[in-house]
This record gives sequence, structure tokens and C-alpha cells, in this order.
Amino acid sequence: MSDTITLKYDVSTDDFTRAGEASSDVKRKLKNMNVNPEAVRKVAIAMYEGEINMVIHANGGVITVTIDPDCITMILADKGPGIPDIAKAMQAGYSTAPDNVRDLGFGAGMGLPNMKKYSDDMKIETELGVGTTVTMKVFLAA
Amino acid sequence: MTIREIQEALGARLVYGEEFLDKEVHNACGSDMMSDVLAFVKDQAVLLTGLCNPQVIRTAEMMDIICIVFVRDKRPDEDMIELAKERGIAILSTGHRMFGACGILYCKGLRGGQDYERYDHTKV
Repeated sequence: MSDTITLKYDVSTDDFTRAGEASSDVKRKLKNMNVNPEAVRKVAIAMYEGEINMVIHANGGVITVTIDPDCITMILADKGPGIPDIAKAMQAGYSTAPDNVRDLGFGAGMGLPNMKKYSDDMKIETELGVGTTVTMKVFLAA
Repeated sequence: MTIREIQEALGARLVYGEEFLDKEVHNACGSDMMSDVLAFVKDQAVLLTGLCNPQVIRTAEMMDIICIVFVRDKRPDEDMIELAKERGIAILSTGHRMFGACGILYCKGLRGGQDYERYDHTKV
């Protein structure tokens, strides 16, 4: 695995039942590339939470995954409302998700904390009314 | 314990996964909130849940969970079963409620994989 591979996904918003398809595809591809299972799981969970967030809060967006020999980078870009208070959003249990999302098993206020927990590096760029871009990295041991 | 032993202990219906019945389960997690499930990583785990939608299967897939037990006789639809088949995840459905189902499996020796001492707030 010496070359860089880039994968791009359009995450649509209209169908919550399909949320997670991009993460599922990345997980399968990484598995087939024999990336170590722990790293695959970290990528899958971090990306899945991000993908769900995009659907809940931002009317979808675009996810770009770059696979390098030493690092997997996930860039999740949306044109949603932006995050007014990142520190608050990072608190476990803090959620602004609507009640109907809770009926679907999400909106527990664990999305961003889980993304931080499972990625080795996470950066959030957000502007109110413009959108949010979350960049997460999972490093691969040599 | 094996998935078969879980099925017997809970008197559960096997919805899918005959070929996985002898797989060994090491840990359990009971929750209706998928983000709480995603916060917990353990190998060879079973998920007990009262939530019944495709995101339960997706969550199990991301976590490498090998078996899902739907409590209160919840039954997944065809699309969910198809998703579980593609991912090789066994599905059971039991009439027990969440507390009862978890209690039965706990009594059989299954654990949540956490350090229980750490959460004892009565010890200072």
C-alpha cells in the first residue's frame, strides 16, 4: 500500500435509514486492504458519528477520505448552520438534536465526543450560517 | 457463552444467523441510544436493544458486534434482515424486556466489559 487513495461520498439528507452507507463502504474497503482491525474500527465509528451528524444537523454534505500508508484522513464538509459554541458541543451529553432524532437512537450528545475519542487528531472549522468542516485523522502504526 | 446459549437463556426466536449460533460472545451492551453503544468498544459483543431501525444494524457493523438481541418482541423488517445478512450479524428476538433480558444474561456470567469498581461512588 504505497499510493494515496482518495474516496469521495455525497451524503444525502432525505433518508435517515441510509445514513451510514458511506462509513460502511469505507470500512469494507479498509478491511479488504488489510488495514489493522483496530484502526478500521476507529475510522468506521468516528466517520459514522460524523455522517449521522451531517444528516441530523446540516442537510447532508460531502465526505472525503484519504488513505495514506501511515494515516487515514476524513474530511466531513457541510453547508449547515455551523456550531455556535464548540466547547459546549464537545461536552458529553450536550445535544441540540430534535426529539424525533432521539427516537431513532441518536441525539444523546455523544457524537462529537465519540469522534474525538476514536480519532487521533480532530479539527473543527465552523462558521455560523456557512457550514462546518471536521477533519479527523487516524494514524496507522508502521 | 455462545449465541446459542443466549438464545436458550432468553427463550429467543432466531431471526437470522443459524450458522453463527456457536460463535462465542465475550461482552454485552444494552442500550436504545446508539451513540452510547458507539462509545463502548469490546470484541465479540452482543447488543441488546429495544430500538428497531436500520441504524441498529449499522451501529453493530461499525462496532464489529456479532449478535443483536431485540427485546420486547421487536422484529426487524426485511431490509434490516438483509443488511444483517450482508454483514454477518446474527439476530435474535425475545419477549423479555430490557432489564430482564440483561439480568438473565448477567446471571449466566456475561459482563459489560467494564471495570465495575471504578464506578462505585460509595467508596471514597
